[in-house]
Amino acid sequence: MDTQVTNEHDRQEHYLNVDYGIRSWLLTRDHKRIALLYLGSITFMFFLGGIFALVIRLELLTPAGDIVGADTYNKLFTMHGVIMIFFFLIPSIPAVLGNFLVPLMIGARDLAFPRINLASWYIYSLGALFGLWAVFTGGVDTGWTFYAPYSTTASYTKVVPTIVGAFLVGFSSIFTGLNFIVTIHRMRAPGLTWFRLPLFIWAHYATSVIIILGTPVIAITLGLVAVERVFRIGIFDPALGGDPILFQHLFWFYSHPAVYIMILPSMGIISEVITCFSRKRIFGYSFIAVSSLAIALLGFLVWGHHMFVSGQSVYAALIFSVLSFAVAIPSAVKVFNWTATLYKGSISFEAPMVYALGFIGLFTIGGLTGLFLAALGLDVHVHDTYFVVAHFHYIMVGGAIMGYLAGIHFWWPKITGRLYPETLARIAALIVFLGFNLTFFPQFVLGYLGMPRRYYVYPPEFQVLNVMSTAGATILGVGYLLPMLYLTWSLRWGARAGANPWRATGLEWQTPSPPPTYNFATTPLVTEEPYAYPLREAREY
Amino acid sequence: MATTEHVVAHQFDDAEQQHEASTLGMWLFLVTEILFFGGLFLLYVAYRVTYPEAFVDGSHHLDLRLGTINTVILIGSSLTMALGVHAAQVGRQRALVGFLLLTIVLGSAFLVIKGFEYAAKFEHGLVPGPGFALTGPLGPQVELFFCIYFAMTALHAIHMVIGVGVLAVIAMMASRGAFGPAYFTPVELMGLYWHFVDVVWIFLFPLLYLIGGR
Repeated sequence: MDTQVTNEHDRQEHYLNVDYGIRSWLLTRDHKRIALLYLGSITFMFFLGGIFALVIRLELLTPAGDIVGADTYNKLFTMHGVIMIFFFLIPSIPAVLGNFLVPLMIGARDLAFPRINLASWYIYSLGALFGLWAVFTGGVDTGWTFYAPYSTTASYTKVVPTIVGAFLVGFSSIFTGLNFIVTIHRMRAPGLTWFRLPLFIWAHYATSVIIILGTPVIAITLGLVAVERVFRIGIFDPALGGDPILFQHLFWFYSHPAVYIMILPSMGIISEVITCFSRKRIFGYSFIAVSSLAIALLGFLVWGHHMFVSGQSVYAALIFSVLSFAVAIPSAVKVFNWTATLYKGSISFEAPMVYALGFIGLFTIGGLTGLFLAALGLDVHVHDTYFVVAHFHYIMVGGAIMGYLAGIHFWWPKITGRLYPETLARIAALIVFLGFNLTFFPQFVLGYLGMPRRYYVYPPEFQVLNVMSTAGATILGVGYLLPMLYLTWSLRWGARAGANPWRATGLEWQTPSPPPTYNFATTPLVTEEPYAYPLREAREY
Repeated sequence: MATTEHVVAHQFDDAEQQHEASTLGMWLFLVTEILFFGGLFLLYVAYRVTYPEAFVDGSHHLDLRLGTINTVILIGSSLTMALGVHAAQVGRQRALVGFLLLTIVLGSAFLVIKGFEYAAKFEHGLVPGPGFALTGPLGPQVELFFCIYFAMTALHAIHMVIGVGVLAVIAMMASRGAFGPAYFTPVELMGLYWHFVDVVWIFLFPLLYLIGGR
């Protein structure tokens, strides 16, 4: 835990030194401390999921099955997916950076329901314990999608504990989302109208809407799978006339929008970072804001594109295909507006900016290949191949995690009061970018050539590309370890950050770093739009 | 008159903001509940459209008399709950506690009757699983109906149990004079939750008990 930040030379009282001891953390209702509790938990889960990924890549180094057998391999990719999606990506940005920043950015003293916020961390932790129980007592092999009837009747692995874990974590994110919506509606500082909100807030608002509307559906669906296993009844059982395809509909009704739960907060971060390091107003503010809501809405109408070959009607597939293409519009609105913001900006390449620029490139590739997959004819050819694997890793890793790292670096001085080592951080960002592309770009080619996903052996002609991918994964692993090390180092030895080391706009930068427990000495009054960079420059010089 | 001063939590500016935030939070929670039940309603619709005869057949195995009594009881409990909220708003302390206790009694009566219904299903072998009693051509699909029946009514009953538990806490707080015209948010939010659970049953009753024109 990050309690080492304390330093006897700190004169000002802030949220980290106001109170010491384990109780003051475990019973805290301060959104900033809860954010750090989450940071510890999800970082642990990230590295656990990362270890599974590395074993998968090692196994795929050669065409034969060298390290693990088929059954173990099934468990490895399942647990990699379950841990990374349910226990890391979905909570990552909202529960850590959102939790820390939403009240700060809107000039509030805390979230609307601090106790529910703390409860959400405990529920998350309980869910994570169930997940770890499943992992360490034999694992689970259904794939992260838990498709019936395999998950309900055939699999003899730890399906129920895994599902209970995912179910609980779902409720923790419902609590977080509910808290955000109420806070953003009711607790904005005077003068902070909707169209003066930072785009980070808009992104979290849209994310929370998806969480509120989608998560209950996956909860009841997974609950039914668990009930079906425990009581030996058959809600999805074809023997009784039940329909496994219904499970897929219910599963993807949440799990497709879940992708936007991962990527929207990341897009919010990119908007903040891009404006700050090009010293410019954001281009097309209201379009970016509304496009977040559009993505949230359209995201609920496209789940059928996961089921093009599952046996749904061809007319349904056609409509889902068209609607999936439509998601590209608000996504492209964002990418073009970020690019336009860069145009003639005074750009500097601090580490968060390097990540943000990486995000734009990788998200664009991930998004465009999503259009390939939304096209019915092409999807029949590449579905369930490494093309799909590469596509969603470009969105989830190249998009969501790049954005998460950009945000962690950008707000690290605010969170800890310390600066991270800039040169090292830039190098790490480049390593992540290179490692990522080396890992996943070959997988597009592999998939297009026909290598299916979820197999532990493959024909020898695919080996060169697989070796490239495994080498890339190793580099990527180093890229993720580096920030872990130097950020921890900076807690004690990093240079002290002032209130506003980036000379950024936004209310969170107008309070000391680290902020006091109630965030602001006096409630700020907002008199201008966000990202008023040129005005500020003019005033200063 | 209950006049206990309620302290506004530190994150809010005033009592009004706190009340508004809590109310919005409760409504959002109810939205998640609607979608939570929504998954089951979707399954119900999909299977009923596919197997209409089996659903009618299954429905005829349900106890219409007990179901109707329970519907009346539950609507009555919504009335006592609403009267309780009103009593809190106008500061009638004893009436508030009385109505809350009455709501608890009615809610518990619903659960007891539901328990008898479940017991009868176990006796007649109508519980889905290896020992399901109905055979014949429609047998498996009637079993599917009972899967849905038990999933929906059990989830509803769990919500009732939680509701009765929270009601007990609120009744205890009320008897200590925690609520009055200046502060009644928990009673009001409890009311919202209770009415929601009632409304779910208003949908469940016709969908499960009244189909097939009997």
